[in-house]
Amino acid sequence: MSAAVAIECRGLTRSFGSGETIVQALRGVDLQIHAGQVTLLVGPSGCGKTTLISILSGILRKDGGELRVFGENPENYTERQRTAWRAHNVGFVFQTLNLVPTLSVEHNVALPLILQGMATREAFARARAVLAALELADRAGIKPGKLSGGQQQRVAIARALVHEPRLLVCDEPTSALDAENGHRVMELLVSVGRRSNRALVVVTHDARIYSFADRILRMEDGRIVEDSSLVHQP
Amino acid sequence: MIRTALEMLLGDRARYFGLVVGLAFATLLITQQASIFTGFTERTASWIRDTGQADLWIMDTQTEFTEDRKPIQSNALQRVRGVAGIEWAVPMYKAYIQVRLADGTRRNVRLVGIDDATLAGAPPVMLEGRIEDLRQDRAVIVDARDVNDALRLTRGLNGAGPRPLGVGDRIDINDHDAVVVGVAQRSVEFFWDAVIYTTYSRAVRMAPRERKLMTFVLAKVSPGADPGEVAQRVAAATGLAAFTSQGFEDLSKGFILRKTGILENFGVTIMLGFVIGVLVAAQMLHNFVVENQKSFAAMKAMGAGNGYLLRLVSVQVGFAAVMGLGIGLGIAAVSGHFLEQSGLAFRMTWDVVVLGAAGILVCCLLAAAFSLRRVLKLDPAVVFKG
Repeated sequence: MSAAVAIECRGLTRSFGSGETIVQALRGVDLQIHAGQVTLLVGPSGCGKTTLISILSGILRKDGGELRVFGENPENYTERQRTAWRAHNVGFVFQTLNLVPTLSVEHNVALPLILQGMATREAFARARAVLAALELADRAGIKPGKLSGGQQQRVAIARALVHEPRLLVCDEPTSALDAENGHRVMELLVSVGRRSNRALVVVTHDARIYSFADRILRMEDGRIVEDSSLVHQP
Repeated sequence: MIRTALEMLLGDRARYFGLVVGLAFATLLITQQASIFTGFTERTASWIRDTGQADLWIMDTQTEFTEDRKPIQSNALQRVRGVAGIEWAVPMYKAYIQVRLADGTRRNVRLVGIDDATLAGAPPVMLEGRIEDLRQDRAVIVDARDVNDALRLTRGLNGAGPRPLGVGDRIDINDHDAVVVGVAQRSVEFFWDAVIYTTYSRAVRMAPRERKLMTFVLAKVSPGADPGEVAQRVAAATGLAAFTSQGFEDLSKGFILRKTGILENFGVTIMLGFVIGVLVAAQMLHNFVVENQKSFAAMKAMGAGNGYLLRLVSVQVGFAAVMGLGIGLGIAAVSGHFLEQSGLAFRMTWDVVVLGAAGILVCCLLAAAFSLRRVLKLDPAVVFKG
């Protein structure tokens, strides 16, 4: 494996609740994710996929184990520092997209830059450039609700990429799309994810997109139970 | 951030209008009621302001408001004139007295007797006749509003129908014959009984016999003298109560507010407006936050700190507050203009505007605090929950 290690965790644990209602979401996850690879995280509902990507992306804190993301340990940061770290290092594509319905497409895409403190005019210019690259330039001024599902998905990807994050986390990016649109979205994600300085982690139930993966990690009961061989070399 | 906040707010038109309308309604209730309250309280002192020639009002120490007659000895006038800083001092008579109009209509009126020589204490504007006409034999001056109201000849004279009292008509004041020589225009008062002006000497002749007859001494302070200090000297020298015009106004307003309960009544309505404002704003803001919960959570996940979201919602609330306040004040001012035309007391002072703004600000702060708790407690991990 020649690619640099982007994410490394050992013995990662996380539980929710307490007493008799405690749920052990992660039971000691050991993992290395390399930059430039497309990593799919698969497994049944409740197996801990969402908890794992929440911890990797600095949204949730772990209970135990070790974690390093691009050489940094976001667990050592204060809440404010973790928020700033996410703003600069992580791009998200959520399952329900979570585009702000009252903001225009370009405003949605510019949000991560605005949150970093960039001037609105400059943020909008960069958002328009990313939208143009994704063939959505003519949709920049309208509200997301007026776009098709595939277009909304591309807007969400544009928003995840606009600030050039090192870690791209996608939660079920194709679940609401037909085969053709799902295929196009994955092609897009793979094209931006296979960069030497970026790691792409995709949580999915969609077997149709397995062929895009460099690596597939299968989770069950809070553990990684299968680490498939690489399909593509970066 | 401001652009993001406003675009989010204005993009949800229905909720935005709901919020602004709610705040405008609350502003209208608060400022309109406060303006009517201010109008009423100002009217309690209209007569003092109409008698603008005097700097000081000297009266019995137990006098509580403008219509409270507790007469003082007539030598008080000389004692006041002897106080340093007094330029001039004149007597004034004011008392309720019964009159009978020429058509037999009987009324209780306020008879005001002003200084014979200077006519200080006269009504501010004469519509018919001249104030100097009071020096004519048996002369009285009546008020323009009263001649069509309390002093209207409702039974008519010599077979003619009802008509307003006018110059030349005769009035029987406590069995003393009087003739109307002029019609004056005074400010609208809180008190409603008709006012009849005559000279001081004639007023005390017409009044029922009492040992003391003088109600007030009106005084002017010497140029350069401080009215407040001179009032203190007068009080010390005479043992009477001496107020500046403002002081007497405050005394009268305070008495009316205490005795009538209008402060409590208007206060309840103003508070109701405030509560409605808080409830409507809180409900609308809460709905807005709930509706945008996923968006706020996504923004948190993408790197928006609580401070950013706090500022974002504050801008939205502030903008809605300014819009609601502006619309509410506008409606209150326009409706107040028409209410004033119809005779209702309405006075929108800067104090009222500031009260309205403060009320809406507190409304919005409470509503925002209620909604922001939800935003600040929002777990960004919910963005991964379908």
